[in-house]
Amino acid sequence: MTQTELNKKHDIKTNEPLFKQAWDFFASVKLAIIVLILIAATSIIGTIIPQNATDSFYFHKYGEFLYKLFLILDFYDMYQAWWFLLLLLLLGINIVACSIDRLNKTWKIIFPNKISFNIDRFKKLKTQKSFVQKNDYDKIVSEYKLYLSKRFKTIIEKKSENSTAIYVEKGRWARFGVYIVHLSIILLLIGGLIGVVFGFKSSLNLNEGQSANSVFISKQKVEKKLGFTIKCNTFAVKFYDTGAPEEFKSNISIIENNKEVFKKDIIVNDPLRYKKINFFQSSYGVSSADGVTLEITSKESKMIYHQKVNIKQTFTLPENGGEFTLMRYVPQFDFKGHNIGEAFLGSVKKADGKEFMVVLPKRFPTFDKMRKGDFAFIAGDHTKKYYTGLQVTYDPGVLYVYLGFIFMIVGCYITFFISHQTIMVEITKSKNDELSICICGKANRNNQSMKMKIEKLAGQLSGLVIKNL
Amino acid sequence: MESSLILSITTFVYAIASFLYIGSWTFKKEILAKTGFFILVGGFLLNTSGIIMRWIESYKIGYGHAPFSNMYESLVFFSWTVCILYIFVELKYKERIIGVFATPLIFLAIAYASLSPSIGNEIAPLIPALKSNWLIAHVITCFLGYAGFTIAFGFSIMHLVKPENNEGNTLFSRFPSSSVMDELTYQMIVFGFLFLTIGIITGAVWANSAWGKYWSWDPKETWSLITWIIYAILLHLRVSWGWYGKKIAWISILGFLAVMFTYFGVNYFLSGLHSYG
Ligand code: HEM
Repeated sequence: MTQTELNKKHDIKTNEPLFKQAWDFFASVKLAIIVLILIAATSIIGTIIPQNATDSFYFHKYGEFLYKLFLILDFYDMYQAWWFLLLLLLLGINIVACSIDRLNKTWKIIFPNKISFNIDRFKKLKTQKSFVQKNDYDKIVSEYKLYLSKRFKTIIEKKSENSTAIYVEKGRWARFGVYIVHLSIILLLIGGLIGVVFGFKSSLNLNEGQSANSVFISKQKVEKKLGFTIKCNTFAVKFYDTGAPEEFKSNISIIENNKEVFKKDIIVNDPLRYKKINFFQSSYGVSSADGVTLEITSKESKMIYHQKVNIKQTFTLPENGGEFTLMRYVPQFDFKGHNIGEAFLGSVKKADGKEFMVVLPKRFPTFDKMRKGDFAFIAGDHTKKYYTGLQVTYDPGVLYVYLGFIFMIVGCYITFFISHQTIMVEITKSKNDELSICICGKANRNNQSMKMKIEKLAGQLSGLVIKNL
Repeated sequence: MESSLILSITTFVYAIASFLYIGSWTFKKEILAKTGFFILVGGFLLNTSGIIMRWIESYKIGYGHAPFSNMYESLVFFSWTVCILYIFVELKYKERIIGVFATPLIFLAIAYASLSPSIGNEIAPLIPALKSNWLIAHVITCFLGYAGFTIAFGFSIMHLVKPENNEGNTLFSRFPSSSVMDELTYQMIVFGFLFLTIGIITGAVWANSAWGKYWSWDPKETWSLITWIIYAILLHLRVSWGWYGKKIAWISILGFLAVMFTYFGVNYFLSGLHSYG
């Protein structure tokens, strides 16, 4: 049965009952192509419009009208939008309906009651090769049969008065390949759905020494209990000499009932899994500073002093200049509407009792000099305290998805590279003791390589007996 | 760096090979294509050794990693995969003239890597996210997929410029018959589809082991899926609706444009996790 014959069945006929029409529509390849085009085309939207950003971002970017339009169409989270999920659902229904529709026929082809073949139909095939051999008829027939039976499991023989046709075949089961591919899509859809419904994803920032027993899911705005406590013991980052980060590593402990049950260093690409919840190293940052080394230049004496000071610590300034207290570390300091980066805030209490604040941005060492005070302060090296940025995920659908992956690869391989091949070798007695031999064959796909296969087989068969003579 | 020198020579050798193939076609001299094939194989060996040396050099510098980590390295590897696949196809199908469109593509990719001023060829350290053995599996399979589609693209162009009736002796009528072109295109697409499938899957498995999510609709991921769907549509049109020949060639060209956008366009126009092809 050819593909077109199979497909004719799907042409919608007007006189059929409604249910049948609907079924045929949902099982049609036409719907498959429409749905696939729609999925591919609409997917582009999400690659152009950034997904899951803030409302104000979109509003600024697109203006009021487009902002509202895109909001209604769910373009800001389009891969979870109802209409996109509907397309995926349609794809799933389509595949199931189509497979049910065809499985029956395919089943009958793969497991026929009796395998038979039609000599005339084979002889009409384009893929065939003939040659002549001078040899004993019976000997040739038995040699060929022996040769073919070694290479094919199924072998059938039809004898007539002065000719013998030998039929061989293999790869009938390969017709299942397509079903395996389509089943894999269903597994992927189911696995994805399970992940969306029952799984979660969150990020968790932990300072060194800090612990947490729940995570916040920003999408649904809910707190999720982990069922255990996770603690970041230490965090370390290593840099290349180019300044780019080479590796960042968190030492993580899992604590249950006040007892540490598990401990592991996690780095990017090497996560921690505990009770099916995964913790991934995804980012890091400076949470605060412990202290800083100050460079203090006296305006009067031009002397430069260095002083190490911790947060909330006070020291006496030289040259009877009063007292300095390091107040705070600010990771992003806002100066007249500009973010000038990390800065330390200090407070100076002069000998005469006057008090004022100083701002010491790390990036602009001359900043405090412009104040033109008795002393100019510069924030030098500081001791950093890092936090580790972890990604926390839980996805019970992964198993189905991975199974789908395996099915997809195996199914595609079978469909593309294994075919159902049938070959007939006919040996006919002709005049002057000659035997004319005709090899005809066909495959359910990949007929080009069938042609080569027949050429090769012809070469082998014609050489076979000569060798054994 | 010696590897860069070797790869520059490779570019030159590929250029000669393509000229010979094109010359053989225009002047109807089989011998030119035969020579071209040997030179192409020579270029391939140079290409291979260039990649291996770059790998070794990265270890000598102390950044040790497989040479698939930036645009330069990926283009060089792209040439390599297209070349090995083409050599295989020529040997299997014994048609020389099909190299007329395929070999210039091999040359163009590596020439773009060597000559474009915007593509640096220095060996850079690997960012932590790329430090995984999955990187190697992912890149190799994706690029084999791209290579299949690239050669299919070359064949599709040949197919489209070939006149319908095989009369006369114009340049374009010298290409193999339509049925051969159709078959070759289809075989390349099937090969590409299988490897792109494996490439997307290895990427997903890697993402899951590195970030805890096998799919995050990152622009590159999404575009590779779009590409994959285009070729899936092509397969269905062919097997179920019986489309073949020039219709399929057009879709194959559309698919290749999607491949190119996934490879280059996403990096230049969109943002995401993938820092290079
Ligand atoms: C992303 C989704 C899909 C993928 C990846 C996929 C994949 C495939 C592949 C690889 C083939 C084999 C093509 C060939 O032989 O060259 C195939 C064939 C086929 N597919 Fe799909 N398919 C998908 C969706 C669908 C859907 C939704 C339908 C629903 C009607 C469908 C119906 C068919 C049919 C009827 C065939 C021909 C089977 C045969 O050879 O008898 N496919 N598909």
